[in-house]
Amino acid sequence: MADNKTMTTDQRNIMTFDPQAHEIALSTEDLHVFYGNSEAISEGDLQFERYKITALIGPSGSGKSTYLRSLNRMNDRIATVKGKIMYRGLDINSNDIDVYEMRRHIGMVFQRPNPFAKSIYENIAFALRQRGMNKKADLDEIVERSLRQAAMWDQVKDDLNKSALALSGGQQQRLCIARAIAIKPDILLLDEPASALDPVSTSQIEDTLLELKQNYTIIIVTHNMQQASRISDYTAFFNLGKALEYAETGDIFTNPKVDLTNDYISGNFG
Amino acid sequence: MNAKRVDKIATGVLYAIAALVVIILVALLGYILVQGVPEISWHFLTSPALSFEAGGGIGIQLFNSFYLLFLALLISLPISLGAGIYLNEYAGQNTITGLIRTTIEILSSLPSVVVGLFGYLFFVVQFKLGFSILSGAFALTVFNLPILTRSIEEALANISDNQREAGYALGLSRWETVTKIVVPAALPSIITGVVLSAGRIFGEAAALIYTAGQSAPALNFSDWNPFNISSPLSPLRPAETLAVHIWKINSEGIMPDAKAVSAGASAVLIIAVLLFNFLARWLGKRLYKHLTAE
Repeated sequence: MADNKTMTTDQRNIMTFDPQAHEIALSTEDLHVFYGNSEAISEGDLQFERYKITALIGPSGSGKSTYLRSLNRMNDRIATVKGKIMYRGLDINSNDIDVYEMRRHIGMVFQRPNPFAKSIYENIAFALRQRGMNKKADLDEIVERSLRQAAMWDQVKDDLNKSALALSGGQQQRLCIARAIAIKPDILLLDEPASALDPVSTSQIEDTLLELKQNYTIIIVTHNMQQASRISDYTAFFNLGKALEYAETGDIFTNPKVDLTNDYISGNFG
Repeated sequence: MNAKRVDKIATGVLYAIAALVVIILVALLGYILVQGVPEISWHFLTSPALSFEAGGGIGIQLFNSFYLLFLALLISLPISLGAGIYLNEYAGQNTITGLIRTTIEILSSLPSVVVGLFGYLFFVVQFKLGFSILSGAFALTVFNLPILTRSIEEALANISDNQREAGYALGLSRWETVTKIVVPAALPSIITGVVLSAGRIFGEAAALIYTAGQSAPALNFSDWNPFNISSPLSPLRPAETLAVHIWKINSEGIMPDAKAVSAGASAVLIIAVLLFNFLARWLGKRLYKHLTAE
């Protein structure tokens, strides 16, 4: 449990970190997201601590996925994102940012497993090769390491040349995680990564994420409150395009300060 | 009448209609094949046509058909691929895109004889290409572009957006994502579309009568220099294709065995088009399997 004195909660029930005691990997300032004229995110400024898992929870349509997808600008062509997204002292929401380079630092895993129609090996090696890594030995090493980190090396090590589309859903999703971490991002964004999976695959993915936490800052959107309480350090509750409460996961689940949060986690709506 | 009875009658009627379609098709194919297959021999497939005597073949026409097909695809495939990629991956939903789509639709419903006359005025007369392989290939390109563009656009549209997102999330640019992820994933259906359009091109006559011409001058098959007019590869020689040949024999053929030559040529044409269709299915399935399984 972190030292509570280094975190303060304002009247809006949003926690902020003391930068002396916590390393902040990513934060948003005055972020607003619009789909056409309708505002999808009107109040959602959060700070994310490095090497922690932060869960974003909330009912459908609360804006949590929109918020997450704005963080590495996956919404660029769909929505208008205003405000600042601060990463290493840079506003990555500005026009001067090389979006493609930025996404190599802030990777993403999606709700539906989306492996490429290529071999398991190529799914991982492909993006590396596109960035000029051509040595077979280097690629082999990264493929193996990524698959090990995603806890699937032993299952697929003899089938690396088989098509990734022949894998089961859970394996496909872990391959997508392996693919995302192969390019060594700082931050991993996950948009309900286990919602299309069975309970066994889900718990395997959760174990994988807890392992990855040592080297990655993880921000995960989830519909599953047990999942949020099992794996996350901090939790933010979204409703109607606003972050209503942001606190340590233990606090938010045992002692929510906002009535709506309480209603949501006790299953009264959403 | 109760619902069950109505359903039975409707099923019967639908079966009868389906059977009628199949019967017509089988009868047509069967007639052409039964009439024509006995005429096909190695000599028939390889020797040049004779205008006044019996015993002529379709060798040069067959070669012309394949060569024209090859050139037409060589010109239309890159353009269609570019247009399909633009329409599906880059173009926004606006008036200009809508206009392009409407134009393509109109172009694809243009009767091929109109394409042929346009080719005659534009390529043969205006550009002074004469009755030549090149004029024919350009006319076939006009004929083929809209359909091929549509089929490529559809093939790309069938690739789920989550594939594109996966590429972007790995820091790949839109161009890299399109060329290295989306197009390869769509390749089985793109190839199916190309081979099917090849079948259409191969059987096309009206667009070629006034562009590639109705004569098949003797070719010297030992001369492969495309700049010599008697070379099979020369793009500026007139080149009657198999389909045009069939039309010509039937309208003005005076050789004594015109009927037999026509039947044989028709059978060869039908078999070739059928082969294109089977090839398209087989290739598409194989490539899809290659991408998804093993």
